[in-house]
Amino acid sequence: MTELDRYLTGILLDECLELSLGDLCRLGRVTREEIMDMVTEGILEPDGDAPQSWRFSGRALIRVKRTLHLQRDLRVNLAGAALALDLLEELEALRCHLD
Amino acid sequence: MEFKDYYATLSVSRQATQDEIKRSYRRLARKYHPDVSKEADAERHFKEVQEAYEVLKDPEKRAAYDRFGSNWKAGQEFRPTPDWDAGFEFSGGFSEQGAFSDFFETLFGRTRGGRAGAGGRGFQMHGRDHHAKVRIDLEDAYQGAVRAVSLSVPELDAQGHVATRSRTLNVKIPAGVTVGQRIRLAGQGAPGAGGGASGDLYLEVLFNPHRIFRAENRDIHLELPVTPWEAALGRTVTVPTLGGQVDLRIPAGSQSGSKLRLKGRGLPGASPGDQILTLRIVVPEARTPQARAFYERMEREFPISPRTELG
Repeated sequence: MTELDRYLTGILLDECLELSLGDLCRLGRVTREEIMDMVTEGILEPDGDAPQSWRFSGRALIRVKRTLHLQRDLRVNLAGAALALDLLEELEALRCHLD
Repeated sequence: MEFKDYYATLSVSRQATQDEIKRSYRRLARKYHPDVSKEADAERHFKEVQEAYEVLKDPEKRAAYDRFGSNWKAGQEFRPTPDWDAGFEFSGGFSEQGAFSDFFETLFGRTRGGRAGAGGRGFQMHGRDHHAKVRIDLEDAYQGAVRAVSLSVPELDAQGHVATRSRTLNVKIPAGVTVGQRIRLAGQGAPGAGGGASGDLYLEVLFNPHRIFRAENRDIHLELPVTPWEAALGRTVTVPTLGGQVDLRIPAGSQSGSKLRLKGRGLPGASPGDQILTLRIVVPEARTPQARAFYERMEREFPISPRTELG
């Protein structure tokens, strides 16, 4: 058996992954209230009308974590984090196009 | 243990005011923040800047640090005297960033990340999440692969010093992964404390530059060189894709820069990407008198004016 026969399988945080509000809280280690604030701020855009039926994609978890990092390390508020995330994602898309 | 020059790390003088230190820290934190920065080694820089600020922002720690005087140079072998901190009392409030350097830990004690590693003191704490990047080839993204990922993990050694241990994980890269996507490996982050669960490991996927292909999300771009007669007359040519060679019909009357799409030949997924080909017409050189005569005949027989739109 080669070394590569034993490996770890993770979950891919892509747009196919569906996360409930509870999943997102558990994985991002945040409270429901923090997620709701991020939804209000437009950082997260779940499918579904009510929090009980909200469905987030894998990308939402990445946005949650980046928001927390920006708040903690650079002391930006939620509105600032929302703006920074949008600009960063635009920048990443442009860089990818230029490569 | 190496001496750390915290003033140099923050690009301030030893006489800097607390406001100057704060300003410089804020600027460098933005510059090197791993979520924002494209600098090489951003994460390492960011940690150093944070460590330096942790000391210099706190007047007590700064005063204690200043006792070592300005003769020390960064990287110099350093041992503090046992009573170096006599007369100082540090009021805690350590950052949650995880382990700082051995130098910091020796002078100012454990950060919380380090303490968590030591385990059990009647409190329970979830281990921190770790982040790492994994570089793969486009072929791996197309087919899926198992890749070895090397991580350096700060840990406490038997003497309670911070040591960096390297750890290798074999990780399944699922087919159809795209640039910037993350793979979450549950429980592969830092160990928890007091029975708390381990953190998770987030791997960010990056692609190695490819010899001919370029990926944009799930679409694969390729520049396809063709002859003038293939473009003008329309011909079937063989084209490489990540899934192997395919035959492609070039429509008659194609121009340089025309784009052709091979539906579904990009990276796999719920909605698979396409392969997008950009034609580049390769003009034969007029090397012989015969070739020159041939071009001169074309000049007479195709009186086109390609620059009319330029005015």
